[in-house]
Amino acid sequence: MNAQPSPPTSDLEYRWGRNFQEKAIEAMLFLAAFLAVAVTASIMVILVTESVGLFQTVSIVEFLTGTEWAPMFEPPTYGILPLVCGTLMTSLIALIVAIPMGTLSAMYLSEFASLRAREWIKPSLEILAGIPTVVYGYFALLFVTPLLQKILPSLPGFNMLSPGIVMGIMIIPLVASISEDAMRSVPRELREGSYAAGATRFQTALKVVFPAAISGISSSYILSVSRAVGETMIVAIAAGLQPIITFNPLEPAATITAFIVQVSLGDLPHGSTAYQTIFAAGLVLALMTLVFNIFGHFLSKRYRENY
Amino acid sequence: MVSETSGHRSQSGIAHKAKVEAVNLSFYYGGSKAAIKNVSLAIPEKQITALIGPSGCGKTTLLRCFNRMHDLYDNNRYEGKILLDSTVNLISTKIDPIEVRMRVGMVFQRPNPFPKSIYENVAYGLRIRGESRRRVIDQKVEQSLQQAALWNEVKDRLNDQAYDLSGGQQQRLCIARALATDPELILFDEPTSALDPIATANVEQLMLQLKDKVTMLVVTHSMQQAARISDYTAFMYLGELVEFDQTSKIFSAPAQEKTRDYIGGRFG
Amino acid sequence: MAIALPEQGLIALRKSVSRRQLYSNLFAIVGLISILVALVVLVALIIHLLSQGLTSIDWQFLTSPASSDAEEAGVFIALVGSGLVMLVTTTLAVPVGIAAGIYLEEYARKGWLADLIEINVTNLAGVPSIVYGLLALGLFKYALNLGESIITAGLTLALLVLPVVIVTTREAMRAIPSSLREAAYALGASKWRMVKDHILPYSMGSILTGIIIGLSRAIGETAPLVTIGALTFITFLPDSPIQPTFPFISFSWLLSPFTVLPIQMFSWVSRPDLAFEAKAAAAGAVLLALTLLMNGFASFLRYRLRKGIKW
Repeated sequence: MNAQPSPPTSDLEYRWGRNFQEKAIEAMLFLAAFLAVAVTASIMVILVTESVGLFQTVSIVEFLTGTEWAPMFEPPTYGILPLVCGTLMTSLIALIVAIPMGTLSAMYLSEFASLRAREWIKPSLEILAGIPTVVYGYFALLFVTPLLQKILPSLPGFNMLSPGIVMGIMIIPLVASISEDAMRSVPRELREGSYAAGATRFQTALKVVFPAAISGISSSYILSVSRAVGETMIVAIAAGLQPIITFNPLEPAATITAFIVQVSLGDLPHGSTAYQTIFAAGLVLALMTLVFNIFGHFLSKRYRENY
Repeated sequence: MVSETSGHRSQSGIAHKAKVEAVNLSFYYGGSKAAIKNVSLAIPEKQITALIGPSGCGKTTLLRCFNRMHDLYDNNRYEGKILLDSTVNLISTKIDPIEVRMRVGMVFQRPNPFPKSIYENVAYGLRIRGESRRRVIDQKVEQSLQQAALWNEVKDRLNDQAYDLSGGQQQRLCIARALATDPELILFDEPTSALDPIATANVEQLMLQLKDKVTMLVVTHSMQQAARISDYTAFMYLGELVEFDQTSKIFSAPAQEKTRDYIGGRFG
Repeated sequence: MAIALPEQGLIALRKSVSRRQLYSNLFAIVGLISILVALVVLVALIIHLLSQGLTSIDWQFLTSPASSDAEEAGVFIALVGSGLVMLVTTTLAVPVGIAAGIYLEEYARKGWLADLIEINVTNLAGVPSIVYGLLALGLFKYALNLGESIITAGLTLALLVLPVVIVTTREAMRAIPSSLREAAYALGASKWRMVKDHILPYSMGSILTGIIIGLSRAIGETAPLVTIGALTFITFLPDSPIQPTFPFISFSWLLSPFTVLPIQMFSWVSRPDLAFEAKAAAAGAVLLALTLLMNGFASFLRYRLRKGIKW
């Protein structure tokens, strides 16, 4: 290599050029990152501006507390409660399946399974999370519902139970993988402390590992609520589309998401009432999931900082 | 009284009955080379026995054989025997490791209280055993904390989180946790290596006080500590037991050249 | 205390141990059963799909357009549509996502701005896909007047995949020890040189894994595309990107109407006709095979990487 020092002027020029390049690159990277903020903002702006017309026909209070949803009828009614009820019912069924099974799976994987068993089981479970939801919808309508009808002959072809169960199975890997991560990040010393005291695996899992990982585990629960509330295709295909308030899982019902799909399938002129209703419904959905997501994120951050 | 089963020549000075005795013990991590090679060692009852040696010599591995901690991880294998009271072989596959751990307590290198209250930490071992009578647990918690010389510092805040205690207090809490279940032997794995000198002195003093109640086996990286607290000392090197004798003898007139070199600071 | 345990005590102790071990084993069985139930459902789903759809899958099915006659209906146009939409999605989401990941992991200084971006990325990852559909409907279709086109669909799915790419990029970069960064700086590298010469190449494998998983989600997405009005009966291919006349390359395909595999399946599922049910199953099987292949490839890549590099 030449040991010739470069003349000062050109060095300055070079440095200036390099600094300029560095700054330009940083600015571009920043813009890419800032896009996330822009997207969130545009979601909120679009949802609000496209639905605001609806609230000139119907008051917000009426919209949020009305018990009848018939925007296409004459005279139209815009009470979103039936859709919220359908959403919460299907989500509840899904969570009744996903939370116990996901937690038990996570405990088994983290505290009982051998390293080799874990390496096989985990990716197999992950496949469940990767299956397209339209395939799950098909499965719920044409496999699970007929199967359930053999046990409950009075079950109608569209009902909340079948898509709820299928949705729950789909969410199991979400609960299992976050919970297992949380339990596995519990330090080994704590576990050994418990074993050294003569505890069995079960006692260690239940009394030491589970409480120590509780914030991570509960964040998985909250994220799965948000997932179930926002799930669309399974319920749109298999739950039926009747917006009625019912707490009977054997009946059909419409969810917020299924309603949006149903309306989108028809003719949807820009600015029409139907067009505005799906944005209003979407706004409610977005706000519901936003609350869950932020809360869940906060919890999962806490468990990472614990150790 | 010299142990009958162990004929190691350097054990001539053992004057106490053996509580636990390793006989031709070998241990293998996951099928690899032996980490402990044919160790025979009789641990005297109600005495403190120190395990010393350079790092990697297998002293912690040996210690964790006594409560079968190695069973927690796959493919580990023991050979030989560890006899408790000359009758029960602790490493027999017929004996449940949990039974062993109920009789042999352990205190770890770094304080590892559970993220629970001070009270619940001490009560844990009792609850594990299915004890649910409040009065029994209360009494045992107080007794153990007193034995661990922690009672006066924490009696007014038993329901506080254990993490709020200082490092030294946490370690004494872990000792109390081990004492609560009346173990016959307590294993200490470098119990003061994460503590400052004052906390170390407290823990050492505590161990000396416990001597008339329970048998103790201590792994320590500090020869000074071994000299200060132990009655007997075992020196290990490369997975083998080189010499075992009264501490005073090991430090003043070791029989083996290796021991002399180590004590003299020539390696390790 | 601590004298040899009397015989009585030892018997009681052993009883308590075996009772507790029994509970522990029972619990392990319950845990294993819940995993098995989930896996049995997975197997049932795959078998059902194959048993219903396999007979319909042949060369003709893969090369024919949709048709109102169930006998002739195929997935050719939908396959091409899925491919083109994925092309747009990948082109948009990958560079932007990686750039955003680099900024957040290597450049961003702690402060409210970084926090704001971070919260938004996390939140976007949890926004239901149908809400992206509404955004696309209002913004791309009407405000930007892009219509029900491939570019609208590609943009929509790109936004959906973006958080996945950002998060995996960050995780991959975080796994690189800071000693490597310091080594590069110590040799006089600028920040960008350090990122370009070290961080990016070392983390590319893991980033790629994340991208493939993100795309495998996108290829099965239905709801956001239904929302933009993509559920239409399409029997023709988009314009070809290669033209016989100057300038030989055309981007008019970007504005063509389209259909994709999951939409095609959805439209067949909603028909009350048994013959179309079989077609739906066949489309589902093809779709499942595609996503499983992508996931499998990602797993394989991850496995290879884990074997390869040890920090």
